[in-house]
Amino acid sequence: MNARVLPYVLILPVTAFLCLFFLYPFVLVAKQAFSTGDGFTLDNFRQVVGYWKFPISLQNTLLLAAAVVPVQLALALLMATMVNKMQRGRDLVLYVWTIPLGISDLAAGIIWLAIFEQSGFLNSMLSGLGVVDRPVNFLSYQHPGVVFLAIALAEIWRATAIMLVILVAGIGLIPKEYYEAAEVFGASPWKRFTRITLPLLRPSLQTALVLRVILAFEVFAVVLALGGTLFPVLMSETYAYQFDLLDSGAAAAMALIILAISIGFTLIILRALRVPKGATI
Amino acid sequence: MTTVTTDVAAPDTRRAGRYVYIAAVVLLCAWVLVPLYFLLINTLSSPETVNSFPKPFIPEFDLGSLGFFAGFAGILSALKNSILVAGLTMIMSILIGAPAGYALSRFDFRGKEAFRLLILLTRAFPLPLLALPLAVMFIRTGLDDTVFGLSLVHTTLAIPFAVLITFSLFSGIPLELEEAAWTLGCTRLTAFTKVVLPLILPGITASAIFAFVISWNEVFAAAVLTIENRTLTAFLLQNLDTSPLHLKFAGGFILVVPALIFIFAVRKYLFAMWGIANR
Repeated sequence: MNARVLPYVLILPVTAFLCLFFLYPFVLVAKQAFSTGDGFTLDNFRQVVGYWKFPISLQNTLLLAAAVVPVQLALALLMATMVNKMQRGRDLVLYVWTIPLGISDLAAGIIWLAIFEQSGFLNSMLSGLGVVDRPVNFLSYQHPGVVFLAIALAEIWRATAIMLVILVAGIGLIPKEYYEAAEVFGASPWKRFTRITLPLLRPSLQTALVLRVILAFEVFAVVLALGGTLFPVLMSETYAYQFDLLDSGAAAAMALIILAISIGFTLIILRALRVPKGATI
Repeated sequence: MTTVTTDVAAPDTRRAGRYVYIAAVVLLCAWVLVPLYFLLINTLSSPETVNSFPKPFIPEFDLGSLGFFAGFAGILSALKNSILVAGLTMIMSILIGAPAGYALSRFDFRGKEAFRLLILLTRAFPLPLLALPLAVMFIRTGLDDTVFGLSLVHTTLAIPFAVLITFSLFSGIPLELEEAAWTLGCTRLTAFTKVVLPLILPGITASAIFAFVISWNEVFAAAVLTIENRTLTAFLLQNLDTSPLHLKFAGGFILVVPALIFIFAVRKYLFAMWGIANR
């Protein structure tokens, strides 16, 4: 086969597959969301946005993302710079730090449930130290703050690794000569970090943030495992529409709302961290 | 004068900085490992201990919880479904994705940028939401509630990674090797199977494992698309409010174990994969 046709033959399966299972479903979900049986309508959107739980779940999702993503970014940057200058044990430390990468959000929720539930390890520790007499039921409606904290911790624990991997790979691409030159001119470690690492890491930061923020709007199983119905988020509401209320039109409308928020934030991140043309390493 | 004092102070501050650094590394390792250890304690304790208070901080190595898990109605078939779906996802995403990765690394063709954009676009969307419209489509085609139907959705999740990872792997193999094989009488196909494939196989395995983990861990689409043939994640999610604690913890443990092994197996490729996939 000649080299003009071959690449198209090779990319045909993926293109066909993505058209059928990625682009076409988007058309379907839009059709579902904008119709209730007879023609174009915004009824589904009016219905889901007007529901009393919608503002709470939107607020919860955004608050959680706002609390979790900056901490993860700082933590991942710290870990990546620490690993970068490590001489011994680098592989072991990196393996340990990337373990959560392979752990599902459901499993992460269950792991943190073991800590926060009423007969869990946090209560065992607190009573061992004599702080509490009886085990406290942390994950209940009396302690909304603790529920939020538990979910945020589980998310930080689970999903920092994905940013770490991207940032470590990105730092590895920065030429060592830049740091040596900076050191010769007497730049402090902090200066080197802010003047060399951060600017040159911009493409990786972009990818890491986009990926992470989208995942943050998809938060679902962690919340269900730890908070149940105490902490409604957009994704759990979508699931409830589809399954408990059997209203696929409303579920589709929720899906489009999540999608719109994700795309909006993706564009903001891409714009804020855009790499000037021609300024590559 | 000032230079003298800094010279004296420098070794001390440097040593102190070194201790802080080591302490931070150890602390961050503990932050990852301790919650996993707590899950291990709960899994290896009898159901009575799991529900009692206060908790021991050392596992008692009782297989009661795991035995209860294995005997719980529907769990074993859910486990089987999870493995089947993940296996199918692994095979499909590599078979469909790898040729495109090869095309991206070896050829310049019209529409290459548009194709790359399509691949990158999939990563900027909350893909599990696709399960909602697909649920309707699958009922029409008879794919609803089947292992194959779910693995199609999981393949959509895994394929962008498969394409980008194989693209970076193929880019790491010099074209000259292939050209040399052609001059020695290989066709494009035999040059690929005899020269490129053996070199690339470990990397392909790593990205296949990655696809397996993506499918194994996925919750939302699995819960939406299966009813009778639930996967393990969907089964656990469905029974979150009703199942006893020891079942949850044993289930969580079974979810975590393959992930631990797989991340260990692909650890060498993890960073190479992401480094180039960023571009």
